[in-house]
Amino acid sequence: MNAPVPAAEAANSSAAPVFPDPVSPSKISARGVSVYYGQKRAIDDVSIEIPKNYVTAFIGPSGCGKSTFLRSLNRMNDTIPGARVEGEILLDGMDIYRSAMDVVQLRARVGMVFQKPNPFPKSIYENIAYGPRIHGIAASKGELDGIVEQSLQRAGLWDEVKDRLGDSGTALSGGQQQRLCIARAIAVDPEVILMDEPCSALDPIATARIEELIDELRGRYAIVIVTHSMQQAARVSQRTAFFHLGKIVEYGTTSDIFTTPREERTKDYITGRYG
Amino acid sequence: MSPAILFVLAFGLGLVGWLAGRSRAWAFRKAAPGGRINSLPDFHAWYVGLWVAVPTVLFALLWGAISPALVLQHVLADPAAAALPAFGFEREAIMGEARAVATGAAQAVFNSEAQGLVEPYRVAITRYETIGLIVTLIVAFAGGAFAFLRLRPDFTARTRVERSVMALLLLASLVAILTTIGIVASLVFETVRFFGMVSPLDFLLGAHWAPDPMSTGAPEGSSFGAIPLFWGTIYIGAIIAMAVSIPLGLMSAVYLTQYADASVRKVMKPLLEILAGVPTVVYGYFAALTVAPAVRDVAQAIGIANASTESALAAGLVMGVMIIPFVSSMADDSIAAVPQAMRDGSLAMGATRAETIRKVLIPAALPGIVAGIMLAVSRAIGETMIVVMAAGASANLTANPFASMTTVTFQIVAMLTGEGSFDHPATLSAFALGMVLFLVTLTLNFIALRVVKRYREAYE
Ligand SMILES: Nc1ncnc2c1ncn2[C@@H]1O[C@H](COP(=O)(O)OP(=O)(O)OP(=O)(O)O)[C@@H](O)[C@H]1O
Ligand SMILES: [Mg+2]
Repeated sequence: MNAPVPAAEAANSSAAPVFPDPVSPSKISARGVSVYYGQKRAIDDVSIEIPKNYVTAFIGPSGCGKSTFLRSLNRMNDTIPGARVEGEILLDGMDIYRSAMDVVQLRARVGMVFQKPNPFPKSIYENIAYGPRIHGIAASKGELDGIVEQSLQRAGLWDEVKDRLGDSGTALSGGQQQRLCIARAIAVDPEVILMDEPCSALDPIATARIEELIDELRGRYAIVIVTHSMQQAARVSQRTAFFHLGKIVEYGTTSDIFTTPREERTKDYITGRYG
Repeated sequence: MSPAILFVLAFGLGLVGWLAGRSRAWAFRKAAPGGRINSLPDFHAWYVGLWVAVPTVLFALLWGAISPALVLQHVLADPAAAALPAFGFEREAIMGEARAVATGAAQAVFNSEAQGLVEPYRVAITRYETIGLIVTLIVAFAGGAFAFLRLRPDFTARTRVERSVMALLLLASLVAILTTIGIVASLVFETVRFFGMVSPLDFLLGAHWAPDPMSTGAPEGSSFGAIPLFWGTIYIGAIIAMAVSIPLGLMSAVYLTQYADASVRKVMKPLLEILAGVPTVVYGYFAALTVAPAVRDVAQAIGIANASTESALAAGLVMGVMIIPFVSSMADDSIAAVPQAMRDGSLAMGATRAETIRKVLIPAALPGIVAGIMLAVSRAIGETMIVVMAAGASANLTANPFASMTTVTFQIVAMLTGEGSFDHPATLSAFALGMVLFLVTLTLNFIALRVVKRYREAYE
């Protein structure tokens, strides 16, 4: 379905999606991306520029394709039988779906945090050391220890777990587990972190900690977060994209989207009048 | 009229009760305001039917058990019985003959003494059959009338029927449990008898196994050392067979859960499970006729001159193949039970599929895999046909896989089917061996089930 879009429709749809940022250069550019599950099209011709050093939020009603699009940014869709991506997704200007692209390298550069905390049934230490070991990042045990400590510190978990690094990661509380997963993701020093509803399984206090953490992390990484909470999007993100029925309806700075949405559908959704 | 006919009668009357209960309940239902009664008419029907059939069947069972004794008593009271020989085979033969003629199973008597007993037999049998039939009918009608009269529109027939269904299921499960207990009890009894003749220490720690079933006099403890059998069992079932089945089973499980297309999996998994359904005697042929000679040829080719056709290796290899499905299906289940999120987490870190399997999936599934292996071991050490056909009978205590070896199961068969009389220590040793085997497999299964349970809880 990569047929050229008719001119009239292109003019119509290009109004919203592409959002060149004057200040921060694009980390990821998606151009005309469609994602299929078998015959079914879940993402339909989406284009978006995701900047460095910002948090970009994806919002939209359930089933509109936020997770699908997010997973296509680090090729996690490759693991789903029948899933297919069309169009171009560039990371620093290089197409991540080109045949020479090494998926292992890609995922080291574009990390992911899932909706439900999914620590491995291993010790806290081993959870963090997992990525660095796979990618051969640490040359010595000392270096690995350093990476583990630094990652846990950046994820704001170090003080809580430093005395029990040998305990199982699954024995932590939900919020701690999610920070462990974030620490695990940053242990391989990625450039982008994708988060799919990272707080939806957490209570408000744990959520607040994660939000703080996201804010601290954005200095180093480009962060993309999918969320169902308008407040959360407003609190943590600087850019917001509103998805609906597999398309991006509107994309802009978070303050614009929340205060002066251009599209009626966006307005309805953020004010809770949707559906 | 035999108890079998009483059973048929019980079911026939039960059906009548069923229909009667049903029609009464329908009548209630028609009359009830809104057409609703406490329980559906079918429950009323079952209630009456069960009340007719169950007591009748119980009575038939009871009558089947006691009526022969009553008949016998009646016959012995007859003056003609006074002439019978007091005991033994002859007496049995005469009475049997008289009974056969009385029931019409035989035409004429061979022993003249039997002739006098035919008539008393005929009278007694007729009398007790008549009594049985009458009581059966009374029981059936009493049960049926009791139940039928209790029916009311608000009668809780449903609850009562449900309760009797539960009792029936309980009874069914008790049969299996009681049988097991009975088996164990007889095993214990014979084992104790054996240990009365041979010291347990000699048995468990001795290294020489050569019981002589024909020997007379006090048994020699030194020929009942079972260590070579234990060793053979472990060597074949737990070492060689596992060396085959663990890697193959695990790899096929990994392939099936992680790599195979749905269509391949759909074909391969049942095929693999068919392996578990092949009768072990077929594996036995395969071991004895194909694998064992091949193993011997290989042994000779590598310079082991005296390699025999019967070898631990041949039996172990085939046994290993036999239990692949046990290992692989448990491993398959437990790998598949590792949450997808765990896999995604690893893949999202940039791990390859193989790394994900090795470092995340298998460690996470390990308890289930280990449990599967334990079940497989317990299955392997209890396996008989393959070792009977391929491993040999000589109790060698050696680590040479090409040597002939024997196992606990083989010796149980050998001792029980041997020439010795039933209370000879050589024969009784089979029970002690069975006891050991039973305890070991029980322990393995118990641990495996505990492990699986713990592991299921871990992932809800
Ligand atoms: N593995 C899959 N196979 C087939 N269809 C899928 C699969 N995953 C998602 N879909 C479909 O793709 C569409 C988009 O799903 P997606 O999970 O991306 O939505 P979402 O916006 O993340 O929703 P939510 O907010 O509920 O998480 C849905 O219609 C969904 O049914
Ligand atoms: Mg989603």
